[in-house]
Amino acid sequence: MQAKRRRSLAATFALLPTWIAAIFVYIGTMVWSVRLSFTDSTIFPSSNYVGFAQYARLFKNSRWLASLENVLIFGVLYVAGCLALGFVLAAALDRKVRFESAFRTIFLYPYAMSFVVTGLIWQWMLNPTLGIQATVRALGWQGFVFDWIVNRDMAIYTVVFAGVWQGAGLVMVIALSGMRGIGEEQWKAAQIDGIPVWRIYLSIILPQLGPALAASGMLLSMGVIKTYDLIVAQTGGGPGYSTEVPAKFIMDNLFERQNLGLASAGATVLVLSVVMAVAPFRYALAIRARRRGAH
Amino acid sequence: MTTHPHPRGPKPSRLSGGQIGLYAFLILSALFFLLPLYTMLVTSLKSMEEIRQGHIFALPATIDFDAWKTAWSGACMGTQCLGVRVGFWNSVKITVPAVVISVFIGAINGYALSLWRPKGSNLLFGLLMAGGLIPYQIFLYPLVRLLANLSLYNSVAGVVLVHVIFGLPLVTLLFRNYFVAIPEELCKAARVDGAGFWCIFLEIMLPMSVPMVVVASIFQFTGIWNDFLIGLVFAGRDNLPMTVQLNNIVNTTMGERAYNVNMAATILTAVVPLAIYFFSGRWFLRGVAAGAVKG
Repeated sequence: MQAKRRRSLAATFALLPTWIAAIFVYIGTMVWSVRLSFTDSTIFPSSNYVGFAQYARLFKNSRWLASLENVLIFGVLYVAGCLALGFVLAAALDRKVRFESAFRTIFLYPYAMSFVVTGLIWQWMLNPTLGIQATVRALGWQGFVFDWIVNRDMAIYTVVFAGVWQGAGLVMVIALSGMRGIGEEQWKAAQIDGIPVWRIYLSIILPQLGPALAASGMLLSMGVIKTYDLIVAQTGGGPGYSTEVPAKFIMDNLFERQNLGLASAGATVLVLSVVMAVAPFRYALAIRARRRGAH
Repeated sequence: MTTHPHPRGPKPSRLSGGQIGLYAFLILSALFFLLPLYTMLVTSLKSMEEIRQGHIFALPATIDFDAWKTAWSGACMGTQCLGVRVGFWNSVKITVPAVVISVFIGAINGYALSLWRPKGSNLLFGLLMAGGLIPYQIFLYPLVRLLANLSLYNSVAGVVLVHVIFGLPLVTLLFRNYFVAIPEELCKAARVDGAGFWCIFLEIMLPMSVPMVVVASIFQFTGIWNDFLIGLVFAGRDNLPMTVQLNNIVNTTMGERAYNVNMAATILTAVVPLAIYFFSGRWFLRGVAAGAVKG
């Protein structure tokens, strides 16, 4: 008994730094931020509670509303784009092509690079006076216009471009490894039935990859809410605030505009939206796990 | 005998229309993924005069390495003209200790949580997983105050600490999943032989988990090297990592932009994670997959 207790003491001791991090950083700072969101703090934290006033201010702020709309457009198109392109690339590579590993390397390399680098690269490629537009005009099509990055209505789509370029390779890797796990028998059976190859991928392979693709979709979505450096590097939130996102709005108000209360309210909204997005998913997983345990 | 195929004859052509389409798609996709890298590379080798004249996709007329030298040791950030060299070494100083510490603590956590399960293990693990999902913005301001009180704000040690804390969820998860698969009998047998918590960890478990150490290190290394937000907030002006410096150099230059220098600087920033990606191959993939299927 004595010996057993000493041993578990060592294990408890080993977890101590992590406990401290979890309690003070994860819980402590979060509670602190939520509290700040109910005060009128500007540069310095104040203890003057104003109820939901900061939240009311937040949702009257056109810049915040624009950032929500932008992150929604970006998020949906970015996740859908990565999943679709990644799946198609994986299916193409699954067709026993030559130089498969070279193609794979090319499709995944952007994923190794930072969002800052990705943003800067695409900023140059899309620069109308220098990049694709200028090149096509130099070839003779003087009227060619591709100025999305400086166009208020289109700039957010250029960020999607860069995001998909960066993230599609990840989905390809996951989908390809899933496809390799599917048995030959299914292929043979489907081919005997005369089903065309593209139908096999769409109706037979895709459903089986569902869980893996859902997991990568989840991962990409988590990244969407954190999106900050890609925007800062590629567009700086502009033109105007047509590519502003919540993470950047919060950072600006926190460190440049000295709007501590407002920024904290924004951060709290962000956390709540993550909880609302993740909770049903977690709940479903827990139920499924329990059911599986019961069988 | 005449029907016997000649060993040196041309290969029988099996390229159907579908095959041609498949390769066309793959090659076009490869061009899409490679175009930005190609553009950066050729532009970094041109002189500014040539950039002003030609279009960005043209090969350089004369190869000129001046931009690379300037990017490394002379590019200006504000009034300082020291190049990305400074940021490179800052990134090394931040990334190496952060990776070593976070992987070591993650391994201990995974081991203690899976094989010892002291009181509160499930709670701690749940806290970590929840913490891993929450957007950083909610932690930032209180954490800045906390580190300022500990005199760690604006220091390399502070950034390292923050990276370690935010890296814990994923690294712990990786190691926990790895150790859970190890038969408990191994641990029990060692305990019967009188080995304690640390002895079993250092002499049996850590050597056994070398593959996971490699995967987790690669994962952490690329993640921390590519980080922007934490470096920006916590490092302070003298310790900014390469990504932050790069963005400052590119997006705040006055007058004409030195595109060749900027692109060389961008490539230099991407070179370390790209090298890891190319040389670690399979291990990088395993890291990416492990991060993606955490579910």
